[in-house]
Amino acid sequence: MDNTFFETKNLHRFFGGLHAVNNVSVKVPQGQIKAVIGPNGAGKTTFFNLIAGTLWPQEGEILFRGKKITAQKPHVVAGLGIARTFQTTRLFGQMTILENIMVGRHLRMRSGFLACMLNLPQTWSQDRESKARALAILRDFGLLECAHETASNLPFGRQRLVEIARSLATEPALLLLDEPAAGLNIYETKELAELILKIRDQGITCLVVEHDMSLVMNISDEVIVLDQGVKIAEGPPRTIQRDPEVIRIYLGDDHAQNIES
Amino acid sequence: MGFRKYIPVIVTALMVVGLQIVLSLTGATYYLTQITMSAYYALVVIGLCLLMGYAGQVSLGHAGFFAIGGYTSAVLTTCNLIAYRDNSLIAWCGSLGLVTQWTDIYGKDILSFSPWAALAAALLLTSLIAVLIGVSIIHLKGHYLAMATLGFGLIIYRIVLGAQIFGQADGISNVPPFGLFDGLQVNGRLPFRTQNYYIAWVMVITTMMLAINLIDSHIGRALRSIHQNEEAAHSLGVNTYRCKLFTFVLSALIAAAGGIFLTHYNGSIGPSEVTVMKSIRYVAIVAVGGMANLWGALFMGILLNFLSLRGVFGSYDDAVFGAILIGIMLLAPQGLLRKPDFRAVLSFLSKRSHG
Repeated sequence: MDNTFFETKNLHRFFGGLHAVNNVSVKVPQGQIKAVIGPNGAGKTTFFNLIAGTLWPQEGEILFRGKKITAQKPHVVAGLGIARTFQTTRLFGQMTILENIMVGRHLRMRSGFLACMLNLPQTWSQDRESKARALAILRDFGLLECAHETASNLPFGRQRLVEIARSLATEPALLLLDEPAAGLNIYETKELAELILKIRDQGITCLVVEHDMSLVMNISDEVIVLDQGVKIAEGPPRTIQRDPEVIRIYLGDDHAQNIES
Repeated sequence: MGFRKYIPVIVTALMVVGLQIVLSLTGATYYLTQITMSAYYALVVIGLCLLMGYAGQVSLGHAGFFAIGGYTSAVLTTCNLIAYRDNSLIAWCGSLGLVTQWTDIYGKDILSFSPWAALAAALLLTSLIAVLIGVSIIHLKGHYLAMATLGFGLIIYRIVLGAQIFGQADGISNVPPFGLFDGLQVNGRLPFRTQNYYIAWVMVITTMMLAINLIDSHIGRALRSIHQNEEAAHSLGVNTYRCKLFTFVLSALIAAAGGIFLTHYNGSIGPSEVTVMKSIRYVAIVAVGGMANLWGALFMGILLNFLSLRGVFGSYDDAVFGAILIGIMLLAPQGLLRKPDFRAVLSFLSKRSHG
């Protein structure tokens, strides 16, 4: 068996005539932070959606812990241990922070419709445990004091944190973060970097789509560059920074030539 | 969690008993009949509240499910099988207690399915139809789901109106009472009035308990999360399709139960129960009740149906409910009796009294 933790093989996704993801093959070893960068419209979020099951690829394979997970529904993918956050935070606005996190515990709950309606002892003992776990997660994130706050009342930076906390509540092995630093100020971004490193140290592999280059270069073990759906470079941050092709797509031909000469 | 959520249940139960005592002391027991009927209609509203308010799925076809329950029960308990008495299948059903012999008001002997057997068949048929309809339409969103359920309601209405077996425009009358246990029966006749008031309320309060437990559980949270952001809920491992389908079927079953009991109580059911305006009425009541507010839905379900049954709205009955729906959508699209509003009013009042 292939011992690669997570792998995509020759993924293709078209939207009409647009080749949004073109033959993308990526390997992510366990315990790494891998960043996916690229200009706007490079297909980064589409690539994420293909992994999370929101979109299905027309061609190619996705393997997770040696198992094929191509074209599975999002809740199945989540059940296998892949959690995600969204580019624009998608909290359950009318629910409290605690309830948001507890929805993240849904996968670990075993009682069905009937057991819930009858409020059987196993249901409420599970519920109590889920609440305790959610509170523990909030404590880790320093969000305990706003546990009973309605999610939509929280400032933006905090909503981001809650979304990450919520996805961690599913106990994932692989976490997909879609532009976690978008809209954060430099202090919040620094805290975010520490948080992502801490998540990695807990043994959770991270795949991060990000525009903030300082964040990407600081935390990631490896970087993938996508442009117009094609993977054009892959390697450690230092190599990527000097890659003429990457510089060309970001800054234009002139800069690339200057650096090469 | 905790038992605080059951306090309103106890308060409601006490109010129900108190109301009955007050009405019997003042000699106004005739109100009990309409309250009993309202309680059965309120069942439909509770089920629809779970579906609409919590899971966020509109249904403009709930009168259809009410009718499937009521009509199935009515057909099975009134069909006269006396000619087939010697048929081995009927005899076998008789030995299982599924058919009973009784005498209708004209003194005619009737051999028909027992109400319990009819109830089981009606609930089974409802779940079957709800699953079939749900599987095909529950992935639709917003207006599309509303249109699809509206179509379902219209189909049921035309079937009821057109089919001989459902009595066409006359409906089915002569439905026998439903003997639940010794001495207890769902029966609209005068001596059974108080008894039936309590039977209806036991049904309502039991359904409320089940509904409260459900929305307080992880499935309830999952339903609300689907309502607020389906994609995020899905990505967290919530099987959104199954949750929505189960809630749809559950709410259809509750509506059917209301239909079954009210049909036995009234002794009849007619096509007026199946009109689209009835479905719209249920939606309007859930909206006035505050959408995701079971107690608001119950309160409004009892109040508005009671007023309607008392004839307060006169011949403008349907117009009133239509107007209520439009008014809510324009002025308070989140619903009227909302919990956050109550909290805001309470905190405002407490500030006033302190300051």
